[in-house]
Amino acid sequence: MSSLDIFFQQLANGLILGSFYALVALGYTMVYGIIKLLNFAHGDLYMCGAFVGFLFLSLVSGLLGESWTGILCSMVLSMLTIGLLGVLIQRVAYRPMLSAPRLSILITALAVSMVLSNGVMALTDGDYEAFNTDLGFEGLEMGNVFITYTQIVLVVSAALLMLTLFFFINRTMYGKAMRAIAIDQDACRLMGINVNRVIALTFFIGSALAGAAGVMAGVYYGSIHFFMGFVIGLKAFTAAVIGGIGSIRGAMLGGLALGLLEAFGTQIPFVGSEWKDVFSFGILILLLVFKPTGLLGKTEIERM
Amino acid sequence: MSETILEIQDVETYYGKIHALRGISFSVQAGEIVTLLGANGAGKSTTLRTISGLNRAARGSITFMGQDITRMPPHDIVAMGLIHVPEGRRVFKGMTIKENLELGSFTLNDDTERRRRMDHVFEMFPVLYERRQRDAALLSGGEQQMLAMGRALMADTKVLLLDEPSMGLAPTMVQSIMKIIKRLNAEGVTILLVEQNAKAALKFANYGYVLETGSIVVKGEAEQLRKDESIVKAYLGE
Ligand SMILES: Nc1ncnc2c1ncn2[C@@H]1O[C@H](COP(=O)(O)OP(=O)(O)OP(=O)(O)O)[C@@H](O)[C@H]1O
Ligand SMILES: [Mg+2]
Repeated sequence: MSSLDIFFQQLANGLILGSFYALVALGYTMVYGIIKLLNFAHGDLYMCGAFVGFLFLSLVSGLLGESWTGILCSMVLSMLTIGLLGVLIQRVAYRPMLSAPRLSILITALAVSMVLSNGVMALTDGDYEAFNTDLGFEGLEMGNVFITYTQIVLVVSAALLMLTLFFFINRTMYGKAMRAIAIDQDACRLMGINVNRVIALTFFIGSALAGAAGVMAGVYYGSIHFFMGFVIGLKAFTAAVIGGIGSIRGAMLGGLALGLLEAFGTQIPFVGSEWKDVFSFGILILLLVFKPTGLLGKTEIERM
Repeated sequence: MSETILEIQDVETYYGKIHALRGISFSVQAGEIVTLLGANGAGKSTTLRTISGLNRAARGSITFMGQDITRMPPHDIVAMGLIHVPEGRRVFKGMTIKENLELGSFTLNDDTERRRRMDHVFEMFPVLYERRQRDAALLSGGEQQMLAMGRALMADTKVLLLDEPSMGLAPTMVQSIMKIIKRLNAEGVTILLVEQNAKAALKFANYGYVLETGSIVVKGEAEQLRKDESIVKAYLGE
């Protein structure tokens, strides 16, 4: 392969990986923006999304097959389920803690993460489950670069989900309320905004996006595991910080940036692909040293 | 004969152990401008925050348009038309002026009406129209006050609670804010105005109350309070 071919191949890989990171990072950043909580259980929602999607797919496959119709249908169902699960977690575990010290709610988030991942571990005996689909391996071949249709559809669906979110955040009243709550909750109350409802909605959307990413990851990698949420949770958190935590566009950008960094990190001369995390996280450290607020984060702390 | 639109009865409010309001009662008649005066820390802001539901009254009751709103959440109170412009303006910095105004009409479900109200606000504050696409953080203090008031008027405002709208503003700006308040009142909005600048407030209010450490110590027609040198000296620090 020529180096140009390698470039395009890694670009494609990086975009895929980056869209997963971005989808998960969005939930991280939205929740952080609105209640300043690092929701450590967020990666586990992604994992649960993969399992719920897997479950739905095996239920509907008889009717709709295991191709895109069936996958899309189970993805939507998984998004709804995980969205509701996110709301439930917020209602039961986080909302009563909002006035407690920051550290307590952080520990609660860790506990929720443990409950979810160990719950799924117990249910699945810690086994890998094969996420079987009928998508085949056809794709576009351009010289030595090969991109499967599955990859294309996944990237496009992720982009569509993000566009929809972008539209929602910027164009609808509830989207604007969400941004406003991240700025000043009491002022929002005085606008007639039911703050608790908007917070619940934020959890719903963020969790549903993680659920979607989980199903996509199942489709892409072909197998799922109770531990799959852990690493992506950390990486999505990283992506959110790279982009500037609290910033929606930042999460999208940070996710893509991290995905691309990792993909290209596998190609560094003289070292193996096992160095990719060293490479991408090394860049992260550098970035944060020079721009502590992330790519799109606020450059200064707002004061009255 | 005017009717009572807002009635506060024996209201007590705490911040933890701090007894900020120690049983205050007063009422506002529809169509009036009522001013609430007092030194720093007297409890003026707490009174407004308790009325709009941001703080909970530990005792007493608050009645708005005949309905008990003491335990109602703030967003339901806003939906009834009781709108509070808080101390320090609290505009949404990082959002555009237009978005700020739109949020003021959050409880409204009608885009045509929303546009009509926004036109009305822009007519009242032409400065806001010129900068409608700009970040609210870039406005000057006086312009932010205009935005905060314009945002409040995007709701179907029956009673407007204003917390120190002239704070930190240049004298000419204070005058134009006061003029706007008068105009709003003439358009039918009842106003409860908290001010440090007692003289200015008493000049055009109908009625005044003076708060001191959480209690109302003086009340009366604004005209009389203004003329009474001893009151002005004792409580209003002139
Ligand atoms: N968030 C708070 N926590 C604790 N105490 C508070 C809080 N806000 C106000 N207080 C106290 O409650 C009392 C009344 O405060 P409030 O803000 O209502 O006064 P104010 O009359 O509005 O004063 P100013 O003219 O300075 O705005 C003060 O003693 C103040 O220290
Ligand atoms: Mg005050």
